Amino acid sequence: MTALPDTTGKKLGLVIDLDTCVGCQACATSCKEWNTQGYSAPMTDRDPRGSDPDGPWLNRIHGYEIEPESGHDSRVVHFPRSCLHCETPACVTVCPTGASYKRAEDGIVLINPDTCIGCKLCSWACPYGAREYDVDHGVMKKCTLCVDRIYNENLEPEDRQPACVKACPTGARHFGDLGDPGSAVSQLVLERGGFDLLPEMGYKPTNKYLPPRTKRNTPQAGIEALPKGDGSAMDRLFKLADRLLSGAGN
Amino acid sequence: MNPAYSVIFFTTASGAGYGLLALLGLTGARMGHAPSLLFAILTLIIALGLITAGLLSSTLHLGRPERAWRALSQWRTSWLSREGVAAIVTYPFALAFGLVWSGLVAIPDAVAPLGILTAILALTTVFTTGKIYATLTTIRAWNQPLTVPIYLFFALASGGALHWAISTILGMEPGTVPPVAGFALLMLAMLKLRYWGLIDNAPRDRTMANATGLGEHVRQWEVPHTSTNFVQREMGFVVARRHAQRLRKIFFLLLLLAGGLEGAATSVPAFAVPAALILLIAAWLERWLFFAEGEHVVTLFYGNPNA
Repeated sequence: MTALPDTTGKKLGLVIDLDTCVGCQACATSCKEWNTQGYSAPMTDRDPRGSDPDGPWLNRIHGYEIEPESGHDSRVVHFPRSCLHCETPACVTVCPTGASYKRAEDGIVLINPDTCIGCKLCSWACPYGAREYDVDHGVMKKCTLCVDRIYNENLEPEDRQPACVKACPTGARHFGDLGDPGSAVSQLVLERGGFDLLPEMGYKPTNKYLPPRTKRNTPQAGIEALPKGDGSAMDRLFKLADRLLSGAGN
Repeated sequence: MNPAYSVIFFTTASGAGYGLLALLGLTGARMGHAPSLLFAILTLIIALGLITAGLLSSTLHLGRPERAWRALSQWRTSWLSREGVAAIVTYPFALAFGLVWSGLVAIPDAVAPLGILTAILALTTVFTTGKIYATLTTIRAWNQPLTVPIYLFFALASGGALHWAISTILGMEPGTVPPVAGFALLMLAMLKLRYWGLIDNAPRDRTMANATGLGEHVRQWEVPHTSTNFVQREMGFVVARRHAQRLRKIFFLLLLLAGGLEGAATSVPAFAVPAALILLIAAWLERWLFFAEGEHVVTLFYGNPNA
């Protein structure tokens, strides 16, 4: 059903820290690795080792530069972008088949790969570019929030998180219930001033982004002088070696 | 937006077909019978043929055409689903109208109600097509109040021109259709000018700053892919403004030419035929432009500073 639930029991989503993300692509590759064999399979890449590889990715890492204002350094921000599991997702309501739906129990937005007709209208309705077409499967693909991991009792409890969150080496990705103001992710959003992408579009994204922290704008300290020798036997030995080696070069 | 030929063909062909069907329904309801059996059969075959060819083309561009029937299920929320339902519902009424209107089944009293019902259903289908585009808030050039009226007047103008041309070819009086076709063409020209004014002056106030939350001085530094991805191919295409201006002028000249030929056809009927052909070419060009001028908000993540 493409009608949206009035409320969802939980609002499961991600909080992505733009301050600590290093753009290593571990989240994107682990996402692809998990999803190409699970719920979203096949997710095939065409010409994967050729000059023009092409295939659906559910998570893509943009890079943005914040250009320097006078007296500031420029900085680069790595920016992972995936489905934001919006509260009012037009991608769901435009779906003619009911393949797209938002789960009432936890707010996850999913595509049923058995009923999707691959009309691509949902990708037109999404402002965030979260839905991609799988040519080999003939259906649309999107982030499932690893619905086949987070409730999976065959996995150890600590592994019941999205693959991207598990893979992140800097802890820049957090998973939890953003509908519960007391949850760790909600607290993190509150502390760090987490924000929505394109709030004026009115889609009410669940995922939040944490802004990069302000850099201390210290002037360049210049090259420091090398430490002076302390006159010990070892120090004199090194000096001798340095002289001999320098001399040998001439 | 990527101007996919299957969608351009679908919207222009089925638009003309539904416009023709609506006019057949309305003139049939007024006259009570078809001018001749040949005219009835030929016009219905052309109208339903255009509609069916368009619908088939739109189905074949699906990733899973064999599941197309599922698209009829979500009419509560989805304009695409409503379009499918309206299109399917129109068929039996159009066929029933055709049978009584042509005289193949002699129930004269049923011609008027069936004709009006067929016309309403045909125009409803065009309305739902327009709504699919008009309700997408992600594409400002489509999310306009004039999008739906332009689809409707295009259907009536091209359907009217076809009706006129077929009547001329069969050596018949085109009856009351010419003033309707001419009026639709005039409305189309005026609405299209107004539409361009609206989209050219609409503030492009969605910014990369708001998309990324990284402030005004943000610019793209690294792309999220090895080679062009689906989102860019499907939604990243925007025709250059210079080319768009030139194509708008060509479209408008075609529209004027079609209008002029229709005017001339009031005294020399043969001109109705080139008028219809030129209007169909104009429809195709206009629909291509409609897609190519649609700037999608997702481009903000891919280096476009405003949308």
